[in-house]
Amino acid sequence: MIWANLSVLQIVVPLLTAPLCLLVRNGRVAWALAWIASAASFGCALLLASRVLDGGVVVAELGGWAAPWGIEYRVDLLNAFILLIVSGIGTVVLWSARISIDVEVEADRQGLFYTAWLLCLAGLLGIAVTGDAFNLFVFLEISSLSSYVLIAMGRDRRALTASFQYLVMGTIGATFILIGIGFLYMSTGTLNMQDIAVRLPELGTSRTVESAFAFLTVGIGLKMAMFPLHLWLPNAYAYAPGAVSAFLAATATKVAVYALVRFVYDIFGESFSFGAMPLSLILTTLAVLAVLVASTAAIFQENVKRMLAYSSVAQIGYTLLGVGFATAAGLTASLTHLFNHALMKGALFLSLGCIVFRHGTVIREELAGLGRRMPWTCGAFVLGAISLIGVPLTAGFASKWLLLSAAIEIGWWPVAVVVVLGSLLAVIYVWRVVEVLYRATDDAPARSEAPLSILVPTWILALANVYFGVFTEHSVGFASSAAAWLTGGGS
Amino acid sequence: MTDFFLHYHYWVVVFLMMTGLYVVVESGNLVKKIVGLNVFQASVFILYISLGVVDGGAAPVLREGITVYSNPLPHVLILTAIVVGVATTALGLALVVRIKEAYGTVEEDDIYGQDEGE
Repeated sequence: MIWANLSVLQIVVPLLTAPLCLLVRNGRVAWALAWIASAASFGCALLLASRVLDGGVVVAELGGWAAPWGIEYRVDLLNAFILLIVSGIGTVVLWSARISIDVEVEADRQGLFYTAWLLCLAGLLGIAVTGDAFNLFVFLEISSLSSYVLIAMGRDRRALTASFQYLVMGTIGATFILIGIGFLYMSTGTLNMQDIAVRLPELGTSRTVESAFAFLTVGIGLKMAMFPLHLWLPNAYAYAPGAVSAFLAATATKVAVYALVRFVYDIFGESFSFGAMPLSLILTTLAVLAVLVASTAAIFQENVKRMLAYSSVAQIGYTLLGVGFATAAGLTASLTHLFNHALMKGALFLSLGCIVFRHGTVIREELAGLGRRMPWTCGAFVLGAISLIGVPLTAGFASKWLLLSAAIEIGWWPVAVVVVLGSLLAVIYVWRVVEVLYRATDDAPARSEAPLSILVPTWILALANVYFGVFTEHSVGFASSAAAWLTGGGS
Repeated sequence: MTDFFLHYHYWVVVFLMMTGLYVVVESGNLVKKIVGLNVFQASVFILYISLGVVDGGAAPVLREGITVYSNPLPHVLILTAIVVGVATTALGLALVVRIKEAYGTVEEDDIYGQDEGE
């Protein structure tokens, strides 16, 4: 029983702490409350993950109503992994937020900021944990609405237009998902994911099911910024407050990828998704384009945050490649990359947060010589950057290696070439920044490092890139058992 | 032709959906975009509500002598979706107010023109 409660507590704790933060209003107290709630969620995720790895599925029936009628929270290998990523990164990033948000958000709005943050966290965790299709839509909108608010809190006025653009495209995406769920309900008469998965094969292929699949794929694609539906992402990440960029880049798109994997592999099933529908071809084509086009666009960005945002679009491409392979190896690579990309983008965006805190700008040409002024910050940036490229002994290498071998296993050589080419493009755009950071300047600037409370979380994430690059058994092990379960045993 | 009239509610939904999407894409005025988004969402609400209809079914309120009821579940779902829609509209309009304060206009072209200038 305690296990079932844990999966509910995970959501309820941040959801109920959010109004508390609203009442408190004081930035410091709200931050402390938010951090405790976030850490508690992470604790729940850890316990759930250990339980699930022992071979159990944790099911909670809300309100005591049994599954097809009531809403159930269902934690299995796949979403236990996602819950760990979201709550873990959320907790580390929130640790750094106290000081950086002090600078970036007015004092009387800080309580509201942490309220929105917690709602976003609760929404993202809810998407992962729920076993009910309509409940997924509701949590999606909770997380989306609060992330529009978080993005609009940026200091630059372009944060407002970025947030508005995201609101329009995000709402269209969410409504598409709602239509898809409606069609599924129309044909199966149920909203429970497991129930839908059981009933769909009996119905065979009909136009309604096919439309449901198409609407869901496009809707989730909008939410995860799948190329060419990514137009909202670069501005949103570039002008949001630093901690928000780090949090959303590391978690929001990951949860959308999770939703896609859940629908494609678990609910519709592989034979429908890849047999009756040409999903493999579509995903692979779009993913290849994402890697090439977004990486090239990243090279030409003056704003380093915007550059990282374009790089995120490319990394989502890598993740989708593995999903499109429709093999256990490909899915393992994708899930590992989800985790590793969260680590590297978390570290990179947080180190940019340090730079904004001390230096006030992230325009590339104005960062000259910062390597000597802020050696620890720039060190963390470089570590995250080489992981992004995929240098051996970093986390980025582990997932790209898996992706390459998965592509070669099914003989898709051109795709393997694209993976390597994408890495080379990453070398170029990352190098342009690193070169400026360590460029010699005439005056010897005084050292002014960012405060420890931002630097320590940044380095935790940066070192995690090395740790999970050397000791891959935890991340890859978890991902491969989830992938094996989805492609083999999973319905 | 009978199919056309039998499923007329779908045509209503499709018409509203396309109208809404067209306004969102075509209009350069941010307030009109939000209105378009609203119409688009409303079309999906109608889609769900029309799903619940059962031929000859009464309103889903327990009463003696009635055996066939319409399905109440889609209505409940859409009640939630309407709340979400209201929240989205409120947030969208609030953003438009802030944009108006920051840029002095709610026309997309003017806003991008000002951003280009920076």
